[in-house]
Amino acid sequence: MSDQVVLITGGLTGIGRATALAFAREGARIVVSGRREADGRDFETELRNLGANAAFIKADVRHDDEVRKLIDETVARFGRIDAAVNNAGTEGEPGLIVDQTRESYAATFETNVLGTLLSMKHELRVMQAQGQGNIVNISSTYGHEGAAGASVYAGSKHAVEGLTKSAALESAASGVRVNAIAPGPTNTDMLDRFTRNQENKSALMAKVPLGRLGKPDEIARAILFLASDAASFMTGQIVTVDGGKTAG
Amino acid sequence: MFTLSGKTALVTGASRGIGRASALALAGAGAQVLVHYSRGAAEAEEVAREIRSLGGRADTLTADLSAADAPHKLARQVRGIVGDRLDVLVANAGVSKAAIIEETTVEDFDRLFAINVRAPFFLVQQLLPILGNGSSIVLLSSLAAHAVVGAIPAYSATKGAIDTLVKHFAAALGERGIRVNAVAPGIVATEMSNFTKTDAGREYALGIQAVKRLAQPEDLGGVVAFLASDDARWINGDTIRVDGGSKL
Repeated sequence: MSDQVVLITGGLTGIGRATALAFAREGARIVVSGRREADGRDFETELRNLGANAAFIKADVRHDDEVRKLIDETVARFGRIDAAVNNAGTEGEPGLIVDQTRESYAATFETNVLGTLLSMKHELRVMQAQGQGNIVNISSTYGHEGAAGASVYAGSKHAVEGLTKSAALESAASGVRVNAIAPGPTNTDMLDRFTRNQENKSALMAKVPLGRLGKPDEIARAILFLASDAASFMTGQIVTVDGGKTAG
Repeated sequence: MFTLSGKTALVTGASRGIGRASALALAGAGAQVLVHYSRGAAEAEEVAREIRSLGGRADTLTADLSAADAPHKLARQVRGIVGDRLDVLVANAGVSKAAIIEETTVEDFDRLFAINVRAPFFLVQQLLPILGNGSSIVLLSSLAAHAVVGAIPAYSATKGAIDTLVKHFAAALGERGIRVNAVAPGIVATEMSNFTKTDAGREYALGIQAVKRLAQPEDLGGVVAFLASDDARWINGDTIRVDGGSKL
């Protein structure tokens, strides 16, 4: 991982933040992106204080021109992109299908699906020209199972898995691997917003054979593995990282 | 990235192929490895010698896993070497026999299930007293469990059984902190898949893969070692496909 150039979207909080810290420990050069300038600058400083060659680049993954700029600036700064973690995502507005609207749909799909698509569009442009690269998208266990009360989120993550497999097929010949991680319930602010109260959170926890929630760093370690040479024969795969929730 | 320093590991069928590569990868990460073989004594000794020459610890042990009491005997041998703690079990030993439906004999069918399913099941059962919190079990599935590749219906069914066992083992053993996963290789250039040595075989493999090269056993070894490590501590009940994006 040492000296690798890694881009992490949605890199300021939760799983993205833990992933940036994990890559920093491995000696990678890191670009984190997000929408919040001040938080981004703070995290950039934090990563640099850890000895990492890191930069924050402000970008909203819902806009083609912003993503293009993010990718081009990353290359201008570090010369290439070895790995990209397309982590930017939102829980949207959980609720029953009968209560969904065009707006609630768009709020979720524009970040989770369009954002992943646009990110891959520009990352692949660079990686295919390099003849190598690694993309790790972030799905969810809801990317391959249903979720009562979170249908739009589940639908968006199913879409991420379809995008992942298709991108893998399109880019394997040029030496690029595309995989996804499907986290189960992970202890982040997003999960707090998603579950709303401790009772719902505990109910989720009870479904996990290992008997607790995942930690962001535990998801990060699986992401690092997929981006490493140990996974060099894996592409188009969805790796579930959920403590056994799906199985159990 | 990860380390297996201070850990003990048993790899069945470790004299050659994916088992050998797994044993070497585990040892490379610092584990003490018990190299099991059924017939390849000389090859197994060579694996152990290679591990020792790199400064690692290795022992060889034998058991004919087609025998009903073999897992019980093997477990006793393992306890004789490692005492009361086994950190990693890689139940890799397996056999394959290509036969269309009409040509599959009862004897062949029973032998496939005895070695590929019964042996791992009872090996897990018999080793449970020395597996504990933090232990990792890795079983060997196959692309053939998920898609039709060649005329191997009985073999493929044994690997489907492994995927089923992974989920049940993971759910049942999670509360003890024992993780259970499988690796599902696609077509790998091993003696078991010796058709890959022919032009037609090679062409077939590359035809179903997104990645246009043949997998080597080492492509699996790194994934097995990762799953065995604490870096994979939140991966449980999963079958990880390592098949170059076959039949996506």
